[in-house]
Amino acid sequence: MKKMIIRSLLALMVLGLALIIVSGCSKKEEKIKIGFNIPLTGDIPKVGEASKNAAEMLLADINAQGGLEVGGKKVPLEFFYEDNESKAESAVNVALKLIEQDGVVAIIGPNSSKQAVPAGGTCNDNRTPMVSPWSTNPDTTKNRPWVFRAAFLDPFQGPVAVNFATKQFKAKTSAVLFDISNDYSKGLAEIFKEVFEKKNGKKSIVAFESHGTKDQDFSAQLTKIINSNPDFIFVPDNYNQVALIVKQARDLGYKGPFMGSDAWGSAELMKLCGDDCKGQFFSTHYAAAGAKGATKEFIDRYEAKYGETPDDVAALTWDATRLVLQAIQDAGSYSSDLKTERKAIRDALSSIKEFAGITGSMKFDSQGDPIKCAVVVRIDENGNFVFAESVCP
Amino acid sequence: MDILIQNLLNALQWGSFYALIALGYTLVYGVLLLINFAHGDIFMVGAYIAFFVATALLGFLDFAPWMVLALTVPLTMILTAGVGVTLERIAYRPLRRKGAHRLYVVITALMCGLILENGNLALLGASRKKFPELLDKVIYTFGNVSVTNLKIIVIFAAIAVFLLLQFIVTKTKIGMAMRGISYDKFAIPLMGIPIDNVIVFTFVLGSGMAGLAGLLFAMSYPILEPYMGALIGWKAFIAAVVGGIGDIRGAFIGGFLLGFIEVGVVALFPSTFRDLFAFSILLVILWIKPTGLFGVAKTTKI
Repeated sequence: MKKMIIRSLLALMVLGLALIIVSGCSKKEEKIKIGFNIPLTGDIPKVGEASKNAAEMLLADINAQGGLEVGGKKVPLEFFYEDNESKAESAVNVALKLIEQDGVVAIIGPNSSKQAVPAGGTCNDNRTPMVSPWSTNPDTTKNRPWVFRAAFLDPFQGPVAVNFATKQFKAKTSAVLFDISNDYSKGLAEIFKEVFEKKNGKKSIVAFESHGTKDQDFSAQLTKIINSNPDFIFVPDNYNQVALIVKQARDLGYKGPFMGSDAWGSAELMKLCGDDCKGQFFSTHYAAAGAKGATKEFIDRYEAKYGETPDDVAALTWDATRLVLQAIQDAGSYSSDLKTERKAIRDALSSIKEFAGITGSMKFDSQGDPIKCAVVVRIDENGNFVFAESVCP
Repeated sequence: MDILIQNLLNALQWGSFYALIALGYTLVYGVLLLINFAHGDIFMVGAYIAFFVATALLGFLDFAPWMVLALTVPLTMILTAGVGVTLERIAYRPLRRKGAHRLYVVITALMCGLILENGNLALLGASRKKFPELLDKVIYTFGNVSVTNLKIIVIFAAIAVFLLLQFIVTKTKIGMAMRGISYDKFAIPLMGIPIDNVIVFTFVLGSGMAGLAGLLFAMSYPILEPYMGALIGWKAFIAAVVGGIGDIRGAFIGGFLLGFIEVGVVALFPSTFRDLFAFSILLVILWIKPTGLFGVAKTTKI
């Protein structure tokens, strides 16, 4: 009896292995494989969902025409979506899986700097081009010739927030609350502090408080902040935490304004935050309201397909993916040898000097970072993100 | 001074949730000597049940928010108690019948918790749920101290639940039966006490309180996600151990103690030190008194 169970288990295992091998080898048709390293579960699932939606739309567009035209030949696309669970270590595993098992020619994502910084290292070491749509931390691309991005950088975003807030709130003092275990939040908070203090004097940041990613109660930090009586609170945090922070600050009697960063700009922010977030400002990559031209066309099609306004992540994923496709076309011919093709894409990416994306036109510097405009958005009474100001470098 | 009072209030609210969850751990442990590691996830299920009950009542029946609240409290507690009892029936009772060692029951409990979390993730997806506002928020301000009506309700609910449980366990017949089972599981059935019913009642009480905690938590921190119960459940368990697991006063005091330490550390130091300091202090308490503050070594618990 026992022997039979063991035998049947062994048989199952052999069968399973055979299946894996067969399915791995059966694909004969030539396809351009692009991997997506995105957070479909975890802290910011909406970010992954928006990325996937935009990518699916682009995939349908191109494959409907028979594929991407490379050197006179049409090659269909195939996208691999892998969930990095909003975790740094999973992002590295996902990158390795996409590179080694799926054999993709390029990777889009991860979105958040917390995952993009470590995954960027992995892609660089494995000589696979990676384009992060949303990561704004400088470390993502720094000294990594294989890593690119479609978003502006925090050293640019920080001063935008400082200048806008000083002008809008006539602020002389400020407090900061950030997520210490998130590269993005921590990096931006530090840049903000430096720029604000340079502008308003040494003691102008009256409170500089941190919290952890899984925290739900911020009352102790907020009590300290409110007691130091700042003109406004800068919160460079993900949208899900913003909703809790703003609400708890109001509960503790804070009546002043908040200033946010691009991680606020999710379609889910207003659903979670409600009335408390109305009237606040944040800096971001684009404003959907009042868009023109190709951007408008993208927004309309996305709305028709998914029933919601695309947030910045969706728009940036579209741009990042198109950057890669552009590079493949620029390379001239598609090679089925992975190493050659990856190298060709990297070279083509690094030689793109200007690109007209739907989040604005971008020029690339030697580091692979785009130089592009930032937008400051106000959340109006109906919960829409309305254009307030545009700042260009 | 204002900061001190404000932080005391913050700590009381935060500690209330630990206390409410720790009470559930302690009840089950007191009766069965089983650490029900699924309890944190029962708390999460409670929050989701409250969410669905409240949105259903608001959406389909169009009740006024205060009526919804009045109905959501008992419904959530009953339904969450149902989840707890179901776990007991399908996971713990069969093991108990077969006379399995306690270790296996604890591992089963861990698995049940993971099943609840991932089942939720698979069923409802990863995206967050926003809990509707059932209470007109009123902020009372005294000088620099602000407190919402919800905060006061949470603190009073924790105290009321503690008093109620203390009364049930020490003053009623079923409480006496619970203590009896804890004392000797094999002799008690011989006295004609239906042991299974008493155990089910224990799970009803513990899970019902977790449901109440879930509802109050969802009202205070209105963003729900499948893993919200994991960390707070672990911490409440530690609070219960420090208080002396099995003892109701211990769970109550332990929960508030952890709340005070956590808020206090953040108020004085950078928040990175919070868990390090909080759990170092708890470790020191256990060094000095390994049975916890109110624990008694190897005799009747509860």
